[in-house]
This record gives sequence, structure tokens and C-alpha cells, in this order.
Amino acid sequence: MPEQKKTYRVLIGKPGLDGHDRGAKFLARALRDAGFEVVYTGIRRTPEEIAAAAVQEDVSAVGLSLLSGAHLSLFPAVVQALRNAGAGDIPVLGGGIIPDEDIALLKDAGISEVYTPGTPVDKIIAAFRSACETQESRRT
Amino acid sequence: MKSEQILKAMRERDPRGIARAISLIEENDPMADEILLSLDDSLIDQAMVLGITGPPGAGKSTLTDRVIAHYRSRGKRVGVIAVDPSSPISGGAILGDRVRMMGHALDKDVVVRSMATRGRLGGLCAAAGSTMRILAGSGCSVIIIETVGVGQSEMDIIRIADITALVLAPGLGDDIQAMKAGLLEVADILIVNKADCPGAETLALDMESIAREGGGSEKNAPRVCMTVASEGTGIDDLVAAIEAVDASHRESGERRTRREKAYDLEVLEWVLELVKPSLVEKINTWNHDRKGAPRLQAAKLLAQDCLKMSE
Repeated sequence: MPEQKKTYRVLIGKPGLDGHDRGAKFLARALRDAGFEVVYTGIRRTPEEIAAAAVQEDVSAVGLSLLSGAHLSLFPAVVQALRNAGAGDIPVLGGGIIPDEDIALLKDAGISEVYTPGTPVDKIIAAFRSACETQESRRT
Repeated sequence: MKSEQILKAMRERDPRGIARAISLIEENDPMADEILLSLDDSLIDQAMVLGITGPPGAGKSTLTDRVIAHYRSRGKRVGVIAVDPSSPISGGAILGDRVRMMGHALDKDVVVRSMATRGRLGGLCAAAGSTMRILAGSGCSVIIIETVGVGQSEMDIIRIADITALVLAPGLGDDIQAMKAGLLEVADILIVNKADCPGAETLALDMESIAREGGGSEKNAPRVCMTVASEGTGIDDLVAAIEAVDASHRESGERRTRREKAYDLEVLEWVLELVKPSLVEKINTWNHDRKGAPRLQAAKLLAQDCLKMSE
């Protein structure tokens, strides 16, 4: 049989009360079109719900979108929830309306990449691919 | 994770271990055999596998959510396999069934796994059967498999599930649609969902007549249930119908027959899957005139292939 290209599974979710899901849905579709299997968990999830879904679905990366301004508390909360679920190794990427000065704080809190409006989608897809590759290589 | 670690984690019902095991099966990892052979057969034998199928938008995921809630209220551990289609172009997929089931996200006794069809056309994915066994082997006594939104002839679920429920909703076609051959004939339970919408009564009557005229005995005729899944109406009756069918299948031996056939068909599917690439390669390099009956051409191609193999 011909060698099949590896299909990566990722999760896209929106923590907290922000219902603006256009960005999350746009990215989910873009990842689908780039060959990813995207578990979409919808809006208004708690960090614990997102972490539990990421574990059950055995995803290689988690992407979070937030436009409400609560990223400084919610993104790190998802990282912590993943650690509590024994899945702190799953990389978390974040995006949304995020002031430049917050990016370093988020990275310190364990968010591996942060993207703001205007980022070319190819760059984000490449970041997901690289996060997935790193995660997979850790597993084997 | 190494295989001993995964096996241990599965035995301890650790969510991550179960999830890893399913991924290894889905990726056709060499460890798959060891994982599947290590499962407790008696758990797999006892588990009830319910298939939920139906056209897109009929309410399969919402209904699944309600059935999960019902079984959780009775203390049963529930496994869910939710299948969504892969893109034929990119191979990617949006797995969105979970959105309707997030109410159970923090319940450790509801194990939900979303899967993409990855090229299979029968409404399921190749790993559905093995995933079902892993869920059963890790203590889920009820397993719900939700197919992709299907048309009229995606039959994989009938083979794999102990009981198949077809979910329909009013407004998707007239009674001629209901006369056509296909899924309607082989489902064990016909669900008219969105029963509070106009046309539901008529649809239910059409389904009742199909159930009666099916030709089978009274006992084998599919049961018709009406539900409003978004409000939880009719779920208790539906579960009662599911369990009645399950009891009668267990008693008559139908369940065992289905399970044995299901495994063999899974193997056969894999045979075809393994043979296909070499045939694709062959036809791409085959020098033939594209005329006449395609069936005869196929026979010629196969004959050539067999000659080559025996050489």
C-alpha cells in the first residue's frame, strides 16, 4: 500500500462567554481544507470541558479563540485544566483580539503561539502542523 | 505510550489511555492487534450497541445526547462513536457532533469519540467496529454509534449495530420517498423526530404502514417512535422500544448472528481495501480501449491480475 500521509486531529474551541465564533469557524474550515480533522466544540465552554474533550478525542493540539478580552484568565485556565487532566503535553494555540503586550504573558503561561487579526491563515495552519508534528514525535 | 502502559490505562478506565488506544486502531498501528486481543470478551458480549442513522439535520446528535442522559440516569457507562464525513478533496473533516453532547463533557462515564469517514462510503469509518470493542472493553455497557448524515443506502451501521434506529423528520420528502427500497426496510426502529412540527403525524402514519407491510412477522416489524429530541419528549418510550428489540434479538439468537456476520464483513471490507491500490495502479497503466461493457473489462483486468499472481 502507498504510504499514507498522517492525518492530524486538532480541537478548536471557545472558552468563556464570548459568542463571536466567526474566527473559530473560519479557522476550523481552513484547517479542514488543509487536511486536518477538526473537533469543533462550539461556544461557551468551560476550560475543563475543553480539556476533557481534548483528552477523549486524543487531539495533537488545541486552538482557542477569544474576542472578549478575557484571554489572560481563560487561555491559561485551559492550559491548567489540561495539566489537571494529565494532558499538559498537548500544545495550546490561541488567537483573537489580543493586545501585543499580553502575548508575552500568555506565552509565559504556556500558550505556545498567539495570533492576532491580520495574520495570514497559512501561517496559522503551519503552526498547527508543526505543533502536531512535535506532539506526535514525543509520543513515539 | 508503550503498549503495556496503554493496556494498563485502558483497564483502569483512564480516559487518555482509552483515547490513545482508539487512535492506534484508527492509524492501523501494529499495536492494534495486541490491544484488541487484550479486551475482556465478556464485556463486549454483554454491551448493547445502538446505531443511530438518518439524513443530515434529522436530529441524530441531539437524540443521541438525550439517550445518553437517559442511560446515565440509570447509572450505565455510555460510549459514543460520532462519525462525520471526510472531505474527498483535502481529506480533512469537521467533527461537530460533540457540540450537541457537551453537557456530558465532564462526566467520566460518558466516553465520546468523534471520527471521520476517511474515504469509507457506508456511513461509518473503517475503525468503527474496533472502536466499539474498545469502548465495551473499557466498561461501557451501552454504546451508541451515530453515522454521518445518510441518504437511502448507507448500510454499514446495520451490520455493526445490534439495533439500528433510523431518525426521520417531517418536511424531507413525500410518501414516495418512504416507498423506496433501502434503509427503511432494514431499520429495527423508525423514529419520527421533530414530532411537534407540521407533517409529523403524516410521516408517522407512512412509517406505520411501512412497518406493517414490511412482509416480516408482526414481531420483526420495525417499531415507530415519535420524539422531540430538543425537548426530551418521547425518549423514555424510545428507550423502551430499543430494549424490547434488544431483548427479542438476544432471545432469538439474531444478535449473535449479526455480530458474527459483522466481524466477517469487516474483514472482507479490509480485503477489498488492501486489494484496491494495486488494481488502481493496474488500470492506470492498462492499455485498453474504453468501449463496451465495463463489467467485461473488469473481468479481463482481474483475469490478468490472477495470471500474474499465479506466475
